[in-house]
Amino acid sequence: MSNKKSIFQLLTEKPWEKDQIEVDNKHQGQTVNLSKQKLGLRTIMAASTVLFSLFIVAYSDRMLISDWKNMPEPWLLWLNTGILVISSLVFHMTTKYAQKDNFDKTKNGLYFVGFLAYFFLIGQLIVWYQLMNTGYYATTNVANAFFYLFTTIHGLHIVGGIYFWGKTTSKFIKRTYKKEEINNLIDTCAVYWHFLLAVWIVLFGLMLSS
Amino acid sequence: MSDEYEHKLEAKSDYATDASSVSSPDLDAVPEAELPDQELYHSHSWWTTYVFSQDAKYIGIQYALTAVGTGLLGLVLSWLMRIQLAFPGLGWLDPAAYYQFVTMHGMIMVVYLLTALFLGGFGNLLIPLMCGARDMAFPYVNMLSYWAFVVAVVVLLASFFVPGGPTGAGWTLYPPQAITAGTPGSDMGIILMLVSLILFVAGFTMGGLNYIITVLQLRARGMTLMRLPLTIWGIFTATVLAMFAFPALLVGCLMMTLDSLLGTSFFMPAMVSLGETLTHEGGSPILFQHLFWFFGHPEVYIVALPAFGIVSDLLSVHSRKTIFGYRMMVWAIVGIGALSFFVWAHHMYVSGMNPWFGFFFATTTLIIAVPTAIKVYNWILTLWRGNIQLSLPMLFSLGFIVTFLNGGLTGLFLGNVTVDVPLSDTYFVVAHFHMVMGIAPILVIFGAIYHWYPLITGRMMNETLGKIHFWFTFIGSYAIYFPMHYQGFVGVPRRYFEIYDSPYIDTSTLLLNKFITIAVLIVGAAQLLFLYNLITSARLGKKSEKNPWKACSLEWQTPQMPPEHGNWGKELPKVYRWPYDFSVPGAKEDYIPQNQPPSEIIGAKVEKT
Repeated sequence: MSNKKSIFQLLTEKPWEKDQIEVDNKHQGQTVNLSKQKLGLRTIMAASTVLFSLFIVAYSDRMLISDWKNMPEPWLLWLNTGILVISSLVFHMTTKYAQKDNFDKTKNGLYFVGFLAYFFLIGQLIVWYQLMNTGYYATTNVANAFFYLFTTIHGLHIVGGIYFWGKTTSKFIKRTYKKEEINNLIDTCAVYWHFLLAVWIVLFGLMLSS
Repeated sequence: MSDEYEHKLEAKSDYATDASSVSSPDLDAVPEAELPDQELYHSHSWWTTYVFSQDAKYIGIQYALTAVGTGLLGLVLSWLMRIQLAFPGLGWLDPAAYYQFVTMHGMIMVVYLLTALFLGGFGNLLIPLMCGARDMAFPYVNMLSYWAFVVAVVVLLASFFVPGGPTGAGWTLYPPQAITAGTPGSDMGIILMLVSLILFVAGFTMGGLNYIITVLQLRARGMTLMRLPLTIWGIFTATVLAMFAFPALLVGCLMMTLDSLLGTSFFMPAMVSLGETLTHEGGSPILFQHLFWFFGHPEVYIVALPAFGIVSDLLSVHSRKTIFGYRMMVWAIVGIGALSFFVWAHHMYVSGMNPWFGFFFATTTLIIAVPTAIKVYNWILTLWRGNIQLSLPMLFSLGFIVTFLNGGLTGLFLGNVTVDVPLSDTYFVVAHFHMVMGIAPILVIFGAIYHWYPLITGRMMNETLGKIHFWFTFIGSYAIYFPMHYQGFVGVPRRYFEIYDSPYIDTSTLLLNKFITIAVLIVGAAQLLFLYNLITSARLGKKSEKNPWKACSLEWQTPQMPPEHGNWGKELPKVYRWPYDFSVPGAKEDYIPQNQPPSEIIGAKVEKT
């Protein structure tokens, strides 16, 4: 396993040399010691980070133009943020339960996380509804448009998370899968939940501070 | 991270006891497999076998055929435009149609043909085979990726049939004109184009995830990253670039869709259109240009890097020689990939920018010539004293080197702000980018198709037809694009559907336009010859041997050729060397496959510098 190598060591290997051939023949064919789901998630998170960073760059650039009018942040957003924090914490605890093989607590944890995710999405929709009722349409000012855009893209990421959460939960409840396999899936979903929390905090912080 | 799972599930004891390792355990000894074999999806019905297939090889062919089909439309559009340019008196196209064809031709060729063919087509076909995997990491996602691409293509083509026709904003889709009345297709056409691009990015992300994870995690035992063929390095690095660059396109497309549909003002400034003040205000068109080119420039290398990788392998195999400077080639691919994110604003010199900003981007642009030049030198040094076989893949590879060098050199001119500003809106730029990212990658694609055709069909393509095709394509493309450089220098502007009787344009350019158009039509006819060859050879072509080009890389070493579902029969290959052991002194054959155990080649001096 060559997971200890830095990318520079890796790229300076001389695959034609005798010593290196002996080392290479023992290679197992995996670059990093991670399951394909986890590495896949990291790849997706990297791409998503680029996506959100570019949105933030666009936001910061557009903000400088004089027609920008800040939007009020409804208190409900703080509640939604709180829900997201709690769901992340619960997911973290669920992974611990899953490792300890505590079926009931893991199951309840998973259900609770799913409930909170739906709750968050409904909360965001209520925020939308409130804002539109008070006249903050996407067309009124570009700051509002950015708000709707950010919440939509973040919400779609959550919807994707809910899809994989559903698959994982149904696999877990069937109890036919190997423990390592199912724990790997639960861990992967949990990491994604933490990632989406972090993204939301950055986006929310950006909108608060501007 | 609590991810330190031990993957040591039931080490397969029968794996280590094949015949060769019993005969000489010390030489061929390889540790037992620690990773479980991949579980394969087996299709049950006609639908899951031939339509929603999850076999990467099959998906690769699906991708390639869809991309080529769409590309043919792009080719036909270019003929129509050329006829208009050469014979404006015919009244062949009106200005709106001309702009629409320019736009669709550009977008189809760059995104829906080249990107989809290199990454979706060759990536799916070659990554599992060359890495020694049974299939991609997530076959189901891979299937979804292809069908998202199909939907994207259908949406794109649907824009020909909506009121107003497809968008005519140019492939760069700059706002505000892209979504303002007066531009062809500014209501429905542009929306369909943006939606199609969003779908393409979504589909590509699913595919790219597969390529990255498969290359990193699912290689055969003994296959280190530095033992991978350069083809895989090129495709892998291009995929990483795409995963970072496509989000910029996605952001731009999403925000422009909202500007157009909802009337937001992300990119749309306050403006008066047809005498009416629009509701938009304050938007920043320049912001879109930055987003677009932050995608657009890496896109050039998303197309070029797989071509670099493939051509390196073709040159090595067909000159029976180790690739010169393998590590340097890998570094150049990675270096070009990294640098490609720091040059985007050289497409925007005429948009107006701080002079120091332009200076920075001119510098980075010229720096990128260094790793690129290294690659060209290494290709030539690979040929040096090689046993060059003038087979079809070799001919096309040689054509690529010349064409790429040509297009690259004009790139050096255009990278400088002072040279670019007068030339940027002329045919010089058209000639430059068609040479460097049109003809050059297409020549590699042709070479690669002639090279890997036996791997797909088990038959060879017709050599004579192929040679006719090569010479017409190669000489023909110079007949098309060399005169365009001259036209650019005398100031013929791009994107004009007719030059009229301008006193500023020399009459010789009108003659050249006719010449170019005739060349275009002849080259186009030669492509029909290629299609004929491609289709008929599948049935009538000469039966191919198992490894017709005597290549070392793994894709030719499968138990069956063409490889079956699962690629490797019962047992995954074990890799003992890199893929470039050609003409090794003392070896029986002039090549040593990557998976040939050392005990079978005693006497061969494998080590070399």
